[in-house]
Amino acid sequence: MTNSTTAGGFLLVLAIVLPVVGVLLSLALGGRQAQRVAFVVMPFELAVAVAIAARIWRTHEMLQYSVGGWIPPLGVAFRADGLSAVMIVTSALLICGIGLFARTQFAAPRGAETRAPLMFWTLLLAVWGALNVVFIGGDLFNLYVALELLTFAAVPLVSLDGRAETLAAAFRYLLFALLGSILYLLGAVLLYGAYGTLDIVLLSGRIHAQPVTWAAISLMTAGLLAKAALYPFHLWLPPAHAGAPAPASALLSGLVVKAPFFLVVRLWFDVMPGMPERAAAQVLGILGATAIIFGSVVALRQARLKLLIAYSTVAQIGYLFLMFPLAIRPEAGHPWSTAAWTGGILQAVSHAFAKAAMFMAAGLIAEALGHDRIAGLSGIGRALPITVFAFGLGGLSLMGLPPSGGFVAKAMLLTGAVAEGQWWWALVVLAGGLLAGGYVFLVLLRALGDPIEPLRLITSVSRGRQALVAAVALCAVLLGFVPLRPSEFLQIGRPDTVAVGLR
Amino acid sequence: MSGAMLYGFCSTVLVGLGLYGLIVHPELLRKILAFNLVGGGVFLLFGVIARRGAAIGFGGDPVPQALVITGLVVAFAATALAVALLLRLFQETGRAILQSDKLTDAPSDNSQP
Repeated sequence: MTNSTTAGGFLLVLAIVLPVVGVLLSLALGGRQAQRVAFVVMPFELAVAVAIAARIWRTHEMLQYSVGGWIPPLGVAFRADGLSAVMIVTSALLICGIGLFARTQFAAPRGAETRAPLMFWTLLLAVWGALNVVFIGGDLFNLYVALELLTFAAVPLVSLDGRAETLAAAFRYLLFALLGSILYLLGAVLLYGAYGTLDIVLLSGRIHAQPVTWAAISLMTAGLLAKAALYPFHLWLPPAHAGAPAPASALLSGLVVKAPFFLVVRLWFDVMPGMPERAAAQVLGILGATAIIFGSVVALRQARLKLLIAYSTVAQIGYLFLMFPLAIRPEAGHPWSTAAWTGGILQAVSHAFAKAAMFMAAGLIAEALGHDRIAGLSGIGRALPITVFAFGLGGLSLMGLPPSGGFVAKAMLLTGAVAEGQWWWALVVLAGGLLAGGYVFLVLLRALGDPIEPLRLITSVSRGRQALVAAVALCAVLLGFVPLRPSEFLQIGRPDTVAVGLR
Repeated sequence: MSGAMLYGFCSTVLVGLGLYGLIVHPELLRKILAFNLVGGGVFLLFGVIARRGAAIGFGGDPVPQALVITGLVVAFAATALAVALLLRLFQETGRAILQSDKLTDAPSDNSQP
């Protein structure tokens, strides 16, 4: 592998520069222009994301760009492999969906206070840019900056309405996020001190098992877990994700928590290929399993729809971390050629669509009813049929029923658990699916039931917005048609896939 | 004990004190200060590592110094954001501590901006 810029590397720069230019333009023009800027940036950025994926698909090689022509270790490289491309396309599609959904909710009113809309559209683009940096960053320090950018963009989204509860939720989120990133930075410094480089590819060639490596990786992983809200670091997530406006909740729950998870994957599988101990991976798996059970049980006991969905996010994040005990040091082949590895990534993608759709559906329901108490949902299934249908489709993926992305992801995790002889994870996956079925049906039963008194809607919800939510939920369902085997596309650019002649 | 070692110990103490403060103190301003203490410890560690690079023969490894400058800017921005949020929280509630903020008791129409 060479370290120079590959053809098409400029696409990676575009993927970052476009949203940043959008943010700057929004701030400079201000007021009503922010929304227009966002809608101009969206199609171009989506096109760039698709172009990146298409190029990787065609050439079967990773894209690389060395900033300023400086080659690592002195320079900073951006690299996009198959995994990055999948995440970039996912976030581009989802952010476009969220943007269209938020069009009416955050339309800047004429002459009135425009601060919340201005901030929403600006931060939406900022989150997009930061996510792309996370997905293509090839340098651990650069990734630290990307994580912080993401935090700074995501935290204010929680408290857009400026109420005391959401401000407190945002502050708690900020504290966890700052603690997480400073621990990550501490680990990165230790790695630099030991190996003299922060470039992921160079580091993976030099790194070896010694105490400083373990200390650094543990610190970085702990920091990332705090940001990913894996149990027991989940305390900040439910108030933050449930308190934010619906489009922001969809963004936070669908995409923002996936970025730290993505970095844990980078760290464990790319920075130190073949090194992680099974015992360490078991710890991640146990935390994930606890999250699944705990999050689902608490979700069952929630009285409010958005809190229920937020606790379900806590549970679904748990599934992501089940891939570590199953994919590390498999009996045969590379971690990324196992079913569990692909299942974990697919879970991240399908949960993004499913959870975003559910939060947006909950937002529409709250808009129509003026509240989101689950006990008061009776009859909403008749008033907003498409919305409730979208909620159900999202729930399908969470439960892991076919056809849905969640089914394929969980089936692959199950396959991995059986193949590795670690059957106890299979039990957790199945129990989590049952519990998810419990809380989804809890909502659907209420929503489809007959109201005791006639349902009064405070506003009508346009069919277009309902259809949009259904379209996002449908993406999660369509992912169910992904073949049930380790994906070749995801393996593009993985170290020594080609060298060993796996394909 | 070499200078680098001494500074290394100092940074460890700073990180430890900061983490303790971040977890234990309920006052949010103290938490922000504690975060800065951890940051100070980490940046000091950057200095130690730059110094250790000097053993190869340079007058000091310049890369960690470049990283520290970026890190300082990021930590400054983080502190500014945290203080701004804290001020707003204080204006709204009159308190500068987080109490158990259960949203179940919140007004129900909170999904509107």
